[in-house]
Amino acid sequence: MNTTTQLLRFITAGSVDDGKSTLIGRLLHDSKSIFEDQFSAISKTSEKRGMAAVDLSLLTDGLQAEREQGITIDVAYRYFATPKRKFIIGDTPGHEQYTRNMVTAASTANLVVILIDARKGVLTQTRRHTYLASLVGVPHIVLAVNKMDMVDYAQARFDEIVAEYKAFAAQLNLHDVTFIPLSALNGDMVVDRGDNLDWYQGPALLELLENIEIEHDVNTSDFRFPVQWVCRPQSEKYHDFRGFAGRIEAGEVSVGDEVTVLPSGRTTTVKQIVTYDGNLQTAFAPQSVTLTLADEIDISRGDMLVRSSAHPPQVEKEFEATLCWLSEAPLDKNRKYLVKHTTRTAKALFQRLDYRVDVNTLQQHAADKLQMNEIARVSIKTQQALVFDRYDIDRATGSFIVIDEATNNTVAAGMIA
Amino acid sequence: MKLVENNLSKHTFTHLDALESESIHIMREVAAECKNPALLFSGGKDSIVMLRLAEKAFRPAKFPFPLVHIDTEHNFPEVIATRDKLAKDLGERLIVRSLEDSIARGTIVIKDESKPRNPFQSVTLLETIAEFGFDACMGGARRDEEKARAKERIFSFRDEFGQWDPKNQRPELWDTYNTRVHAGENIRVFPISNWTETDIWEYIGREKLHIPSIYFAHEREVIRRGGNVIPVSHLVQPKPGEKVEIATVRFRTVGDMTCTAPVESAARTVDEIIAETATTRITERGATRMDDQTSDASMELRKKEGYF
Repeated sequence: MNTTTQLLRFITAGSVDDGKSTLIGRLLHDSKSIFEDQFSAISKTSEKRGMAAVDLSLLTDGLQAEREQGITIDVAYRYFATPKRKFIIGDTPGHEQYTRNMVTAASTANLVVILIDARKGVLTQTRRHTYLASLVGVPHIVLAVNKMDMVDYAQARFDEIVAEYKAFAAQLNLHDVTFIPLSALNGDMVVDRGDNLDWYQGPALLELLENIEIEHDVNTSDFRFPVQWVCRPQSEKYHDFRGFAGRIEAGEVSVGDEVTVLPSGRTTTVKQIVTYDGNLQTAFAPQSVTLTLADEIDISRGDMLVRSSAHPPQVEKEFEATLCWLSEAPLDKNRKYLVKHTTRTAKALFQRLDYRVDVNTLQQHAADKLQMNEIARVSIKTQQALVFDRYDIDRATGSFIVIDEATNNTVAAGMIA
Repeated sequence: MKLVENNLSKHTFTHLDALESESIHIMREVAAECKNPALLFSGGKDSIVMLRLAEKAFRPAKFPFPLVHIDTEHNFPEVIATRDKLAKDLGERLIVRSLEDSIARGTIVIKDESKPRNPFQSVTLLETIAEFGFDACMGGARRDEEKARAKERIFSFRDEFGQWDPKNQRPELWDTYNTRVHAGENIRVFPISNWTETDIWEYIGREKLHIPSIYFAHEREVIRRGGNVIPVSHLVQPKPGEKVEIATVRFRTVGDMTCTAPVESAARTVDEIIAETATTRITERGATRMDDQTSDASMELRKKEGYF
């Protein structure tokens, strides 16, 4: 057993026409992650539909409704592994609910593969996918220029698309973009390099997925520990034990560190870092641990422990955020919603819509409504103070969901500005 | 208390560490936000992994929920023995409700004793949820098991009939889970959604978990019927003309005895199973669950009716 295999989560963005499902099918097939019974099932279906070759895109069609209608209705998760890494693919459909589904899948992703049809180049949807990836702060972007077989594997065409994309992407805050020419249909530069793209010196897609550095995808400097659950065994052996259980969302902590409890602002020191496998000297994100503290202070779920340092989080009842609306019922500015942020849930009012962003042109428009799949900058007022960082600094402490109390549905995703 | 080295470093935080931490986080959200949760525990390998994760999430305290098993009475005796032993060793409360109770009440009508009982499990599960008023049931289902599961949320909302509506699921963003339900409604929670069969075996090996002996290669009386290897038991006897043979087999899943097929295997240790899992060309349910082979959508239909 290889004990140092890392986990990489990625999503693919593009429409069926760009060959997205074929690309995923190709990755699974060529990395030998498709099982015989799955392959024989899709072979039968391909034959039934009168196709000449096995349609690899059928691998990602999950539900009966989808198979009947030939569509994909929701985010599906796929798993495959190579000796180097384990992969979770969030597969999102490319139709009109795209924004909602892509934002959902991208929220946990390290990387997004944006597919372009080499014949069509950078399209409106390419801009939309890129904008959403940057909005959700996906750390790595791969621009996969697919269907190179349809443009005679021409380097000139690839270079043209790369230049066009770079010109557009300059206005967005993207950290890491890699460009790969490939043919999902023929398998060039997906898992194997193939014989048709000799002029391309960079990594094939799987090679990149296996090797891209992801250790710095989380904030490693500022300790953030939202308290999830208070551990009070009340047994004879542990009658004094009072532990604060949670997951370290950013940074690291050691025994003896001075920590501040927010929002109260009281300080204490870390006495023990307790785990089932024994007590630790140091722990880091994203470990789930239980902390005991030197002083008895009132701490409960929803509080956040942070290391007393130069970069404290903000503690506010009023703040600005970018909101992606996910529900069929539009935002009602007169109603109170619930905001769930880390482990704290508070009533909230969305007092002002500053502007709406057109996801196709990136232009800002004045807005007084917010409907499904729309994105807007809003001002928020919460009943209790939230302890947060800006989303671009910390995805975990800068994000929240909005819940409609009447239906209990999740109606929006928020990123604190 | 003894201080152990954190032999994990940022560079050796493995996929198993990441999956484990995610699962612990999910279980703690359930404990903190749900009023009356339960952990579904069958004695199978996935639910044994769930128990270890619960220990990691809540020790040194007791689990803030009971263990619940919906017993089809079609289970392998080794699995039931393991279920009882683990619950006892951990000192946790185990609630068992049997399909026989529902049959006695008349809410389940069995036509043929030798047929699988999985389709009826939902009935007893929903009755048990109502009996105890559970608002959240954690289960050990994984997304890699089946196509319908691949599309299900980690926190999967069910209406008052226990039904899953795949087209109307709550969006799930970051690790911020919406656990809210109205009275009478229920959430099914799958903390190991993102684990694969291989991850489960690697974790069993790493944590040295005790699992039922039938997961390892052993000799067993089987018959071959319609391409499947079927274990002979008091529920499954050879039909006229069928030959009973002794085969060396192990089980990849341990469900209803009438529809759970073993695979032919010589793997007698966890390491040997991991090696075999890495090279197998058949999915776990495809190889072992005859009830999932009846139609492309068997699992989807069962889930819509309240199955977990």
